[in-house]
Parts: sequence; structure tokens; C-alpha cells
Amino acid sequence: MTGFFSLGRLAALLVKEFIQMRRDRVTFAMMLGVPLMQLVLFGYAINNDPKNLPAALVATGNDHYTRAVVSALELTGYYRFDHVVESAAEAEALMARGDVVFVVTIPSDFARKVDRGETAQILIEADATDPAAASGAISTLATVADRALQRERGIVAASGAPQGGLEIVIHRRYNPESLTQHNIVPGLLGVILQMTMVMMTSIALTRERERGTMENLLAMPASPLEIMLGKVLPYLAVGAVQVAVVLGAAGLLFGIPFVGNAWLLLSAVLVFVLALVLLGYTISTVADTQMQAMQLTFFFFLPSLLLSGFMFPFRGMPLWAQWLGEIFPLTHFLRIIRAVMLKGAGPADVAFETAVLAAFVLLYAALALLRFRRTLD
Amino acid sequence: MHAIDVHDLVKRFGGRTVVDHVSMTVDTGEIVGFLGPNGSGKTTTIRLMCGLLTADGGHGQVLGHDLIADQLRIKREVGYMTQRFSFYEDLTIAENLAFVARLYRLRPVRAHVERTLEELGLATRRNQLAGTLSGGWKQRLALAACIMHKPKLLLLDEPTAGVDPKARRDFWDEIHRLAADGLTVLVSTHYMDEAERCHRICYISYGRMLATGTVDEVVRAAGLSTFVVEGPELERLAREMAGLPGVEQVAPFGTTLHVVGSDAKALAATLAEIGRRPGVAVSRGETSLEDVFIQFMGSATDNMS
Repeated sequence: MTGFFSLGRLAALLVKEFIQMRRDRVTFAMMLGVPLMQLVLFGYAINNDPKNLPAALVATGNDHYTRAVVSALELTGYYRFDHVVESAAEAEALMARGDVVFVVTIPSDFARKVDRGETAQILIEADATDPAAASGAISTLATVADRALQRERGIVAASGAPQGGLEIVIHRRYNPESLTQHNIVPGLLGVILQMTMVMMTSIALTRERERGTMENLLAMPASPLEIMLGKVLPYLAVGAVQVAVVLGAAGLLFGIPFVGNAWLLLSAVLVFVLALVLLGYTISTVADTQMQAMQLTFFFFLPSLLLSGFMFPFRGMPLWAQWLGEIFPLTHFLRIIRAVMLKGAGPADVAFETAVLAAFVLLYAALALLRFRRTLD
Repeated sequence: MHAIDVHDLVKRFGGRTVVDHVSMTVDTGEIVGFLGPNGSGKTTTIRLMCGLLTADGGHGQVLGHDLIADQLRIKREVGYMTQRFSFYEDLTIAENLAFVARLYRLRPVRAHVERTLEELGLATRRNQLAGTLSGGWKQRLALAACIMHKPKLLLLDEPTAGVDPKARRDFWDEIHRLAADGLTVLVSTHYMDEAERCHRICYISYGRMLATGTVDEVVRAAGLSTFVVEGPELERLAREMAGLPGVEQVAPFGTTLHVVGSDAKALAATLAEIGRRPGVAVSRGETSLEDVFIQFMGSATDNMS
């Protein structure tokens, strides 16, 4: 009875735990919300073999062979020719900005070569910053295009014409060896920053509240803006150290190339980190306890990892999931860092995404200041 | 000019009225004790006066600033010491003081911190983490921090809870020294001896102000008679007397019983009866502030039910 196990005592502990669980609404919501969220996101949104990828067509000739090849590619479901451009330079710009994943170039002498029975060439350039995203499309390419061409030729000219082959030249741009690290490591910088910055600042005010120092802080003449900046700015320094460590290791350990402008990247990182610390601070104005702040942070992390394009190809997700993905700063930062580090994108190429991050900064700051109460009521 | 001049303050939390039309005037340089049972609204009233809470009703001025419109200016000129220690436990005494000095934009920071450390005898512990201080030292640090910017009004919320008698004595000497220099002090407390050290006291219960005045005035106004009973088997005697006419309080004090009632005649008659028992001695006693408060608490509860 007095010894080491009593059902009565166990029951007392169980009852107490359940009462506490029920009192903490946020925890309760998390226990139901997280599994459901994971299920929906993993189940519906994630697709490792993305289809319907935006592509640009560079074709000067408008002959039936070209049309046949293009429509065959579209029929695979992988390619969606959004852009038909005249010059390689235009196509190059589209790819640098990330507007297209593929550029398919069909040379002007394509039809002539096919008719003469010479070997005709098609050039496919794939954005290999995310090797997984493009691999399915590339692997189906050769057979599909070849078959389409055979069929077309069969219709046009009966037998007797010399049979030439079709050569498909594939350029894996920005990441010729299709190394996954080239995609993951720059993205990791964003994920690591998000992890620490949001977590640290999400307990900024809840810690003051839990330790009872908030009452004193409010009784003294500190303005909400001063308190907010005082809480978040120290983490800019922490973020700076993390950036240096991750970028240094990216070069040393993984040999990730850095083709773009470092200052451009650093300014984007600054905006990103500001958005993160302010997001964390906003969470801390909402949460009552540090525990709740952690849970809210986690609730934010999970979908941002899954839907930002960090773990799975962004374009592989259904449209609703892509729209959802747009609400995470990480999504926009990943586009910037991959563009600048791997593609050498310039200020104009990343201006839009940086502006989106800046909008997040303003939004979070406004939310936090609105939520902040100068009094204890 | 009154340091505090507020009228009909009302504060509700949800449907509960915590402060119910409280009015209070405190003169400059006065030390006013704020008394009342737990949960009577003392802390809420103090928070209303230092701008930490916004009143749902009422009006008034603190240090000449409007209570509702000028909360920020009030915050700058008031020193507020919270009931619970609310400085940073992971900072040293000197670091905490420097933080406060910078928030109030006191320049040069260092000189202000040094002066405060000296004045409150904190210099020897300047580099000790606040979290490792004992209750008395924490209280001294808190007081130092809230008088550093030379406020005109000090609001102290149960500043001496859990502090030893010597530290309490020192604390009150300090308060009187500050008041002599013109500082106004409103201090809430549960200790009767501290109430007696105040120039004036206010008694609040269930959000309502029940009495105000000097200790003598409050005791006299309560109109209570007190008798001291000595004799054998006091325990049994006390239980017996509790229901008798005129007897409203019976409390053991060492080897005697204090018997208190508001109906002097009935009480005297009852005790004359008791006094005739063998070995029992009854004498007139002095009504203490505590007797008055116990009486207040009893009647206030009755009003609520």
C-alpha cells in the first residue's frame, strides 16, 4: 500500500493532468490541429513529381515538326508553355527570375534537318536549382519527343526518305551535377534563421509577463515602439552570426557556389530577419505563457517548412497550397537566396520578392503595436 | 495642492466590480496607509492611480495630471513598487538600477546609480544577482529603483510582505525621511503597526472605501467597546461567549481574551455577568485598530451577501 505503486495515487496524477490539459486551450487545439494539418498538407499538397511546370519556348520556325514536338511535350503534362519568346536572352531572363523552369529551344533549321534526314537537335535548359523538381520532366523527354517526330514524319513523307535521329541536348542550369545540396543548403539558411529568430522573440513578452517584470516595465515610461525594438533588435546580431556561419560552412563543407552579389543577399537577409523577429514578437503579444508561444511558433513552422518549397518542390503543389505558401516569409526568402546564390540574380530580379518581405515587416510591426497594451487591463 | 485627488473611481473585470466608487484625497508630503482584506481592491486602486489600469468610471487628478488623459505623464512622476518583486533576477543590483536610470533618461547614468546605491546601502552588494537576494534586500532594491528618478508620489503595494522586522523598521524610517523631503506616499499593508506609522489611513473592503482618517479617528469612529477577560479555561469561555448578546468578536491574546462589540450597553451587561464567575476577571480594554478591521471585515461580508 505505502510501497511503490498505488492505483489511487496514479489516478490522482492522471486526473490532475487531464484537468490541466483541458484548462490550457491552446495546447488542446494544438493536439488536434497539428495532426490534422500534417495530414492535409502531406496528403494533398505535397507532390515529389511536379507537373504542369512553366516553360518558355524559343522557336523561330513555325513548321509542323516544331508544333508536333511542342504539343507532345505539353501532352506529357510536365510542360506548360507560358512564354513563347524570340531570343535566347529573353528566355534567360525569365529563368533567372524563376518565372520558368524550362527553356525549350527548337532551332530554325529544325524542320529542314528532319526533312533531309539529318540529326535534328532540341535544346532543353532546365532550372536545376531544385534537381528533384525537374527530373521527371527531363526523363520523359527523349522518348516523347522522338516518338512525336517519328509519327509526324510518317504522316508527311512516306518511306524512302532518309531517317535521321533526334538529339536532345539537356543543360542543367545553375547546378549541372544536380546536387541536392545546392538546393538544400541555401534554403537551410532560411530555415535556421526562421527557427531561432521566431522562437527567441516569441517568448519576449511572455517571459516578462511570467516573471512578473511586465508590470514594472509598463509602470515605467517606455513606449510600445521602444519596447518592441528593444526586444527584437538584439536578435539581428544573433542572425548576423548565423548567416556568417551558415554561408561560410556552405562554401567550405558543401562547396556551394556563390555566383551572385553578397551584399544583395545580405540586404535581403536583413529584411527577412526583421520580418522573422517581428513575427516572433507578434506571437509574444498574443500568447499568455512561454509554453503557448512555443506552440504557436511550432504551429507556424510546420506548414512553412512543407509549403515554402524548402522540402518539396513549390510548383509541385496544387494551386491552393501554392497560395498558402505565399503567406510565409520563408517562401519568398528561398526564392531570393536561390536566385542570388545559384543563379547570380541581380537587384531587379529579386526586387519583387524583397518588397514582399518588406511588406511582411510592416504588417507584423503594425500587428504587434496594435496588440500591445500599455496597461494591464 | 493634493497629490492624489480622485473621485468615484470604478473598475470592473468582467462582471465583477473590483473598485466601486472610491474617492481619495492625499495631501503633498502625507503618508497614507491603505488597508483592507485580501482581494478588496487595494492593488487595483493603486494601479488605477499609476496609469497601469484605465478606470471604467470616475475622474480625478494625480499630481495635477488628469487620471485618464495624462497616464503617461503620471507614469513619469510616480514611483510604483509592485507587490511581487518585479526587477530582473538575472541582472545584478547595479545593472537593474542602470536599466531604470536609462528608462527615465537620468544622466549621467553612472552618477545616479552610484548615488542610489550609497543612499540605500546597496553598494556592498552591487554586483550580486537580484535573484539571489533575500527578501529584505530585494525590497530595498525595489525601493531604490522606484525612488531613483525622484518621483513626487510613491505608490507602494504591500512593500514589506515577507520582510523581517529590522528591515521593515529601516524601510519605514526611509519612507519617513522621504516624506519629510516632500514626497507623498500611499502604502498598502496588512500590518497594524505599519498602519500606525502612517499619518492617515484608508480602509477599503469589497471595492468600497469604508473609513478614512488618522488611526485614532478611525478607531473612535468605529464606536467599539473592548473588554479584556482573564480566567481559567479561556478556550471554553470564548466559545461560550461567542453567542451572547452584545458580543461580536472574541479573540485570544496570550492568556487573555479580547471581547469586542458595537453595542456598548449590551456588551457591558453580558460581561458583568461573566465577571461574576469564580476566577474570572473582566476589565475595560483599549480598542485596537485590528479590532476595528475585524469588525469592518465582518460587516462588509454581511453587506455583500
